[in-house]
Amino acid sequence: MTVTVVASPQPLSGWGRTATTTAMVSRPVDAASIELALHTQSGGIIARGLGRSYGDAAQCSGGLTIDASALSNIGVLDEVSGTIEVGGGVSLHDLMRHIIPSGWFVAVTPGTRYVSVGGAIAADVHGKNHHRDGSFANHVVEMTLVTPTGTVTVSPDRDPELFWATAGGMGLTGVVISATLRLIPIETSWIQVDSQRFTRLKDLMTTMEETDDEYRYSVAWLDCVGHRDGNYRSVLTRGDHAPSGAIPDRLRARSREIPGDPRIRVPRSAPRRLVNRMSVRALNEAWFRGSTTSVGSLHPLAGFFHPLDGVGDWNLLYGPAGFVQYQFAVPPERSDLVGEAVGAIASSGIPSFLAVLKRFGPGTPGPLSFSQEGWTLALDFPLGPTGLPALLDSLDEAVAYAGGRVYLAKDARLRPELLPVMYPRLRDMNAVCRRVDPEGVLASDLSRRLGISG
Amino acid sequence: MNDAFGHPQSVVVLGGTSDIAQKVVTLLAAERCRSVVLAGRDPVTLEDAAVGLRRSVARVAAVPLDATTTENVDKTVMQCFEAAAEAVDLVIVAVGELGFQETDEVDPDRTAQMITVNFTWPAAALSAVAAHLKGQGHGRIVVLSSVAGYRVRRSNYIYGSAKAGLDGFAQGLGEALVGTGVTVHVVRPGFVRTKMTAGRPPAPFAVGPERVASDIVRGLERGQMVIWSPGVLKWVFSTLRLLPQTLWRRLPG
Repeated sequence: MTVTVVASPQPLSGWGRTATTTAMVSRPVDAASIELALHTQSGGIIARGLGRSYGDAAQCSGGLTIDASALSNIGVLDEVSGTIEVGGGVSLHDLMRHIIPSGWFVAVTPGTRYVSVGGAIAADVHGKNHHRDGSFANHVVEMTLVTPTGTVTVSPDRDPELFWATAGGMGLTGVVISATLRLIPIETSWIQVDSQRFTRLKDLMTTMEETDDEYRYSVAWLDCVGHRDGNYRSVLTRGDHAPSGAIPDRLRARSREIPGDPRIRVPRSAPRRLVNRMSVRALNEAWFRGSTTSVGSLHPLAGFFHPLDGVGDWNLLYGPAGFVQYQFAVPPERSDLVGEAVGAIASSGIPSFLAVLKRFGPGTPGPLSFSQEGWTLALDFPLGPTGLPALLDSLDEAVAYAGGRVYLAKDARLRPELLPVMYPRLRDMNAVCRRVDPEGVLASDLSRRLGISG
Repeated sequence: MNDAFGHPQSVVVLGGTSDIAQKVVTLLAAERCRSVVLAGRDPVTLEDAAVGLRRSVARVAAVPLDATTTENVDKTVMQCFEAAAEAVDLVIVAVGELGFQETDEVDPDRTAQMITVNFTWPAAALSAVAAHLKGQGHGRIVVLSSVAGYRVRRSNYIYGSAKAGLDGFAQGLGEALVGTGVTVHVVRPGFVRTKMTAGRPPAPFAVGPERVASDIVRGLERGQMVIWSPGVLKWVFSTLRLLPQTLWRRLPG
């Protein structure tokens, strides 16, 4: 049998639609075609799932991008061990639709279902349950990885260095073609949510510190724009999967409803930036007024975990210039940086749509894995305001010297010198890369920009 | 690589002794720029420029360039990309000569040379640069045009017409490169107080090279395809372009 790699050139960018570069894109169907590509390609190779990392992690200028969407096999659900083997290109959306009717759910879901399993591992994504359950890689039993030196199956016990370098390794150790995931049992597809409003950041953070452990899921939304006298409004939502007993009769028939496709889509032709200071202020106001303090209200899990997935291509709202996401984590003793960052953003006058604040539990051994114990704050900014690059540079420095870091899956602009400060085990990552990829075939725009491996 | 704000890590300057280009590189060095290749004619001024930039940029290389002949354009451009030793994120085309209109217009050789330096050589270089950047999959090209080319005047029509040609060429190239990851940004400064204009009476809205440089960097951050400097000139020259020829002729300067 002959294996060929069919590829065509395509402009690619991340979800933030900045720094577009062109690469050949091929859609291999099996390990053999990926191995062939890794052996014949010069100019760099990186895998790409659903393109939801915000920056330049899943593109390789002038090289080859491997579209993982054909690695879409969903294996048999093992209800005894609560595990399932899936292809690296399977989206969490499809996986959830497959397992929810049988009463199972993924152990960790990020804020969108439209990520691939390979991408979720490469970014070692986290969800609202990080404070209790850790990140995505904590629930990967094993995975099969095509590296330039061969195809290997790794787990936390089998070649743990390679396993953990892959978790959060931004695709730089190889292409994840399949993974076995540990699932959690659920009785219904509904979430019982307690919601609380705060008008002071300090009260919010104290409440989270004191009572987050009572909930599986916890996240807070912050309004950085409509502040009064240095007080920032927020809404804390916490909850857990609803047991079947909690479902009222009128919802019985929908108790294991699966998440659907977006009902509305932003048209490609939306030309102007619809996210600006005025609209952000209005939206944040409407959202705060619309959220009430409530206990035990039932929400479909799609609305609870993935509110933005209801609008297809929502990134187009930021207009052709795109936007940047900024997410940092700091250790628990430096919780002051959260308030400092929010203050710096508010006084800069640069609009940031709802900021997301969450507490992290302990991180993983992954040298580039983002999550670390403490606090994490995520923000997005439209491109354009004059002071934005400098504002983010100054936040980077404060974060780095506080022993924190920024999330590479969202980065598109970090100063390379700060990477080893934020990720002090970068050397371990580079050592694994040299072992499995001695020629330095695997590369992305992100790895070149930041000088990871090579 | 270029970051989300269009801040490059590696820059090539064709016309490396240009005051404006040097100020642009200085601003970019404060962002992410770590490698610069300066190509220019006069080795002494070029080395001075390189020394100045080494304070803020880790790697600075110099490459000889002669824009009066189009024989080795391809080779010169290739040398610049080789000297960069990494992917080039931004190429600034700043080659140009203001000339002396009164004497140049009566000397066909000088006329031809002015067109070569200001249009033919840069255009040929742009073709070489575009091909290289396309292969890389990304890159930005900044072309220093001039308001003098927006509506050509009696007082500097050789320079102005050459810039008009270059301006149109660059815009057309930008269209040809849509979808390749390479973009072209045309800069139209007004009168800039530089060594190029030393000793000449400044026109209205005259600015220093620092101002033009910061307008260029802001334009790159916003992804502007046409960058006027100062920005008000966009409105001034859009109006002036509509003036009847008889009125246009009588404008001072």
